[in-house]
Amino acid sequence: MKKTFKIKNLGCANCAAKMERRIKKLDGVDSASVSFMTSRLTIEADDERIEEIARKADSICRGIEPGCAVEL
Amino acid sequence: MNSEHKKILIRLAAGLCFLLAALLLPAEELFGEKYASFAELGLYLISYLIVGGDVLLRAIRNILHGQLFDENFLMSVATIGAFFLAEYTEAVAVMLFYQVGELFQSIAVSRSRSSIAELMDIRPDYANVEREGALSRVEPDDVKVGEIIVIKPGERVPLDGEIVEGESRLDTAALTGESLPRDAGVGDVIVSGAVNLSGVLRVCVTKLYGESTVSRILELVENAGDKKARAENFITRFARYYTPAVCGLALLLAVIPPLVFSLDWGAWVRRGLIFLVVSCPCALVISVPMSFFGGIGGASRRGILVKGSSFLEVLSKTDTVVFDKTGTLTSGSFTVVAVHPQSVSEEQLLEYAAYAESFSDHPIARSILSAHGKEIDRSRISRAGETRGHGVFAVVDGRTVVAGNAALMEGNGVGYHECHIAGTTVHIAIDGNYEGHVIISDMLKDDASRAVSELKALGVSTTAMLTGDMEQVAASVAKELSIDTYSSELLPEQKVEALERLLMGKRPKTSLAFVGDGINDAPVLARADVGIAMGALGSDAAIEAADIVLMNDRPSDIAVAVRIARKTMGIVRQNIWFALGVKVGVLVLAAAGIANMWMAVFADVGVAVLAILNAMRCLRLSE
Repeated sequence: MKKTFKIKNLGCANCAAKMERRIKKLDGVDSASVSFMTSRLTIEADDERIEEIARKADSICRGIEPGCAVEL
Repeated sequence: MNSEHKKILIRLAAGLCFLLAALLLPAEELFGEKYASFAELGLYLISYLIVGGDVLLRAIRNILHGQLFDENFLMSVATIGAFFLAEYTEAVAVMLFYQVGELFQSIAVSRSRSSIAELMDIRPDYANVEREGALSRVEPDDVKVGEIIVIKPGERVPLDGEIVEGESRLDTAALTGESLPRDAGVGDVIVSGAVNLSGVLRVCVTKLYGESTVSRILELVENAGDKKARAENFITRFARYYTPAVCGLALLLAVIPPLVFSLDWGAWVRRGLIFLVVSCPCALVISVPMSFFGGIGGASRRGILVKGSSFLEVLSKTDTVVFDKTGTLTSGSFTVVAVHPQSVSEEQLLEYAAYAESFSDHPIARSILSAHGKEIDRSRISRAGETRGHGVFAVVDGRTVVAGNAALMEGNGVGYHECHIAGTTVHIAIDGNYEGHVIISDMLKDDASRAVSELKALGVSTTAMLTGDMEQVAASVAKELSIDTYSSELLPEQKVEALERLLMGKRPKTSLAFVGDGINDAPVLARADVGIAMGALGSDAAIEAADIVLMNDRPSDIAVAVRIARKTMGIVRQNIWFALGVKVGVLVLAAAGIANMWMAVFADVGVAVLAILNAMRCLRLSE
């Protein structure tokens, strides 16, 4: 299933690229994309795991850019 | 500028005051010779912490998170290094300049985000729904199919539906880029997102909000970031290696010459620090997605929806354009273009044909009926039937009328002759005698010929047409529009085969675009390098299948789309080369000892701001 989340306070394009790279490597993720311009994260993963993955993605984003958060 | 930006601005101004104080105050007179230098250093440090404290904090925090080589870290090392070299003014000023640049960049990004969001401001806020005899204002999401909504002048159509009462003009500019309002009356289907201009409309809702045109378009535009262009992926991958590489060089530059050649430590460490500032990747990384986003936003303003930056990239290399015929180059509505009777009058022949066809709902039958233009008196017809795929027969006023193709005539043993006009021929026989024929043809769209010539002018080398229609019709359309090649009488699967052949024949490193109306072209749209669906207003299938969706029914928009794609790619390339060029230039100058830290900061944030401003040009396309 594909699901899109909004990322708050995404201000740095290079950080967006780093987030995308790290989220793609998460276990269970088929594909992931972070769009800097639209401040959106799209994750493709199994239905049951998507919430768990989104929470992990949130902590990745917070770690890379302070103040950043995935709206769950 | 939002409140966050204002706060930063105030902070930077305060920092600047302390910097000026450190520079201008007569420290020796105030603090005495002994403490003057400490006082100065104190002022510099206060200024530095006010201006760059957040950068330091973030740098420390990110190191703890295992993030080396991020901008905060690089700027911190460079400026602290300058402090150790006793270049206080430079250390503070560079941090200040960097922060101002970051602020500019942040303002520019949020500006362009909102200006593009404004372009797509088609989301309706509410719907007036008739419930239990009263009108109530609800969320569009809460309205069910079959309910009646009322749209007043000035309001946005919240859901797709059919007009049951009222007449008005609708402004669809936000959806299609078409500035001319459309007339709408009872029975017309209207789409959400359009603005009602003049009259009050009562509309029966035909689709839930989630399935309505406006939701689909918004979804498409918001997901446009998913499919990233190669240029975009290239630049993020490049940045990944660029920063560590330049940092490594910085270290070597600071250490090797003094150690190996016993040169001055101060001068070479300084050069190394300049390298660190230049190694920041943001200017490169920000400019590319920004340009693509501008291009996608600019296209959507013209009623051209692009599903991702990768498709703009592919479209810009278009060298072959393949058209579907019916519904794409032609309007898809058939009209009678000629009536050729043998012995009776034209009017009589058309009347017989109309009576024979009156029970059929085939597009050909409908075109004959509308050409006849009079009421059909059903009592005159005693018997009627259809020979599937060939034509119809009816007994009218006791005479047997057979109308259909050549095979039907042969089947009935009627001698007929072909017509010199291209089109679908309906032969008519009465009581076994040939009475003539009617020619039906699909009208070319007004701008079909302009579409082809504009593409040629843009340097597209091959235009082709694939159609299921007859050879004769295809040939005449191709000739009239000067399309290079065509294939006719194709079944849907043969269309894919024909497209494969064209794909094999195209020049290397160019792309092939297929343009269809999206209704039965899905496999071909998917197979082409870039699939373009036309006239998608209200057609869900087209929005699903294509990479690029033209909201209007105008084939000439293809040329507009190609121009936007090329302009966007031009700006992307300019930004990449400009940012890289300035950075490499400053690196070379720094290694030679000519550049200072100011230039290095410009190479980072200055370039980023300029690249963003350049990217915003993608939004505009000159006529």
